[in-house]
Amino acid sequence: MPDPSDTSFRNATIAVLVENEAGILARVVGLFSGRGYNIESLTVAPVDEGRRLSRITIVTSGTDMVIEQIKAQLDRLVPVHKVADLTLEGPHLAREMMLIKVVGKGEHRSEALRLADAFRARVVDATTESLVFEMTGAGDKLDAFIALMRPIGLKEISRTGVVGIARGAGGLLA
Amino acid sequence: MSTTLQTQTEARTMNGAEIVLQALKENGVEVIFGYPGGAVLPLYDAIFQQNAIRHILVRHEQAAVHAAEGYARSTGKVGCVLVTSGPGATNAVTGLVDALLDSVPVVCLTGQVPTHLIGNDAFQEADTTGITRPATKHNYLVKDITKLAATVHEAFYVARTGRPGPVVIDLPKDILIGKGTYHEAPQAPHRSYRPQTEPEAGAIRAAVALLKAAKRPILYAGGGVINAGPEASRLLTEFVRMTGMPCTNTLMGLGAYPASDPQFLGMLGMHGTYEANLAMHGCDVMLNIGARFDDRVTGRLNAFSPDSKKIHADIDPSSINKNVPVDVAIVGDAGRVLRALIEAWQEDGAAQDKTALAEWWRQIDAWRSKQCLHYVQQGSIIKPQHAVRRLYEMTRELGRDTYITTEVGQHQMWAAQYFGFEKPNRWMTSGGLGTMGYGLPSAMGVQIAHPDALVIDIAGEASILMNIQEMGTLAQYRLPVKIFILNNEYMGMVRQWQELLHGSRYSESYSAALPDFVKLAESFHAHGIRVTRAEDLDAGIREMLAHPGPVIADIAVAKDENCFPMIPSGAAHNEMILGAGQSGGVAGVTDEGKVLV
Repeated sequence: MPDPSDTSFRNATIAVLVENEAGILARVVGLFSGRGYNIESLTVAPVDEGRRLSRITIVTSGTDMVIEQIKAQLDRLVPVHKVADLTLEGPHLAREMMLIKVVGKGEHRSEALRLADAFRARVVDATTESLVFEMTGAGDKLDAFIALMRPIGLKEISRTGVVGIARGAGGLLA
Repeated sequence: MSTTLQTQTEARTMNGAEIVLQALKENGVEVIFGYPGGAVLPLYDAIFQQNAIRHILVRHEQAAVHAAEGYARSTGKVGCVLVTSGPGATNAVTGLVDALLDSVPVVCLTGQVPTHLIGNDAFQEADTTGITRPATKHNYLVKDITKLAATVHEAFYVARTGRPGPVVIDLPKDILIGKGTYHEAPQAPHRSYRPQTEPEAGAIRAAVALLKAAKRPILYAGGGVINAGPEASRLLTEFVRMTGMPCTNTLMGLGAYPASDPQFLGMLGMHGTYEANLAMHGCDVMLNIGARFDDRVTGRLNAFSPDSKKIHADIDPSSINKNVPVDVAIVGDAGRVLRALIEAWQEDGAAQDKTALAEWWRQIDAWRSKQCLHYVQQGSIIKPQHAVRRLYEMTRELGRDTYITTEVGQHQMWAAQYFGFEKPNRWMTSGGLGTMGYGLPSAMGVQIAHPDALVIDIAGEASILMNIQEMGTLAQYRLPVKIFILNNEYMGMVRQWQELLHGSRYSESYSAALPDFVKLAESFHAHGIRVTRAEDLDAGIREMLAHPGPVIADIAVAKDENCFPMIPSGAAHNEMILGAGQSGGVAGVTDEGKVLV
């Protein structure tokens, strides 16, 4: 039983396996907005060979009672197969990808490339005055790289949001 | 159906409309409540050419859904609705949300513009699945005729299983006209939707252990027991008698436990009885079966039953630990939970503390002796409580199977307080959404399902006008529904809150320019009665009950009567106001409390 007097917020990375059908994302997003829950990030894509199942990863925050409620509400949706709280259910991996564009010349440019190398970001596009890096990692690593690029000439960022999976042999469908 | 016939049905090519009707028949539909329009003409054409399913033409699509709700709640079957695209669908939305909040199984077929026009702002186009997504348990847009029959089967399965609710199937016109083959309901389980109905044995044992050790137990039962079927209500009665504990019902649960039973404490909550609310506040173990700790029931959450261990049995896991954290959670169908509890109670060797239980009942009897529902009928002005009480007593004397529906407001609460229900499925009211205009169409649905029963809509003069057009439906189908209006010329509950919380500033709550309800009844081919004096009340009720057709009985009642007991918004169970003499207590309502509805 969650303790209702515990008003501290925690983050939760929730994995949801759903039927890949029209309107499913609207159902999930509508549930969050209709009931006043937070969405910090949400990713979705089909994950099986026949493209019948999609996996949604949602990063949310709330009190324990609210997060339990979010999971129960998600589980209640008819096209939902399985809901897992990756944060609560043991060690898991959470990764995000970003494309980040930096504009600059000379010293700025070589500084950006040096830092990219240290962060293992890949150059995926380059012109004489711009670079686009592709970078994958935990959210805080991406944040750190963005902070370093800002004074150098940060132009634009596109992030995927978090995808997550449990460590070890276990899977979402047992 | 014989195998040969089945094969014939399967092999036959039909148009989409015929496939829909065939699927409805297979799912046991006998009646559809609906209203035609351009997008659903193929379905109406198919209805015209068959006799198995009866169509009831309502006068507004909202009423079609409420009628289906009345039908469903009084029979335990799924109610069925058919409306057209655009305004047909949007008019149905209030009914759908009503069914969602009160967990009523309804399947609503909506017409849609042909698939190639979807998204073009075509005539009478609305994004019905978008609009009804948060208004339904689930919804479907059928874009492929090969999935049509399966979708209808699935819709009925979703509507009636688990926590029941409304399901919309949006049917583009080209799908209804197109040709396809019929498929029977699949035997395989649903891919993703599998509600848990059987409770876990460990949770049942934990519940029984708590209840056996309880010194001040209480059972709080809600609409989930009604939804689980009449057998669940019988088991509830058996379990309450077996354990000797007191039982209270929510508004939705009335009839789940016989009102005349000495172990029944009446309804709980905002307008519940003193004894029910104080017993909830003072209990040491609470067993909630099929109720959801609604804000009308709990009052201020941080003061709700502060010293009790709580057991919550519900078929919907999301209802558990939503508002009130509980010590034992039981997920399952109320009937199966009760059966398991009865068995575990008998197997458990522990003895009950009978001395403590007797002491608990002495305390409850002391609360009862307050007679919180007492009123004094003096003089010619009719007290609304007296009108409901006499209606109850006179229908009881009559001995006919009686079904009550209500609108929403003071009259609804008086009906809940003063009309006793001995059996489930006899009480139809809009609890969760609080929809004024629910009672008349709901009564139509009940009367269609039970042609020989006595069906009464206890109404207010304001609410009844919200779906008054359905008088036409009563006339067309000769439905002998009795509309019993407690007419105080005010939106009474609004007026009461304005008196108690807003300095008696009666802003827009006076029912000005009311119709002459007798003439209104007559213009709709019904019988009209008006009663203004207490000494004529019995004669008026007698006349209403004796009349073979539909009746409006317009009962002029005291204009300033308030509904008590009352737990003001933001207050706790033990802070309830018993009557007008005590209303000084309301001055203590904080701004925080006033924010609550």
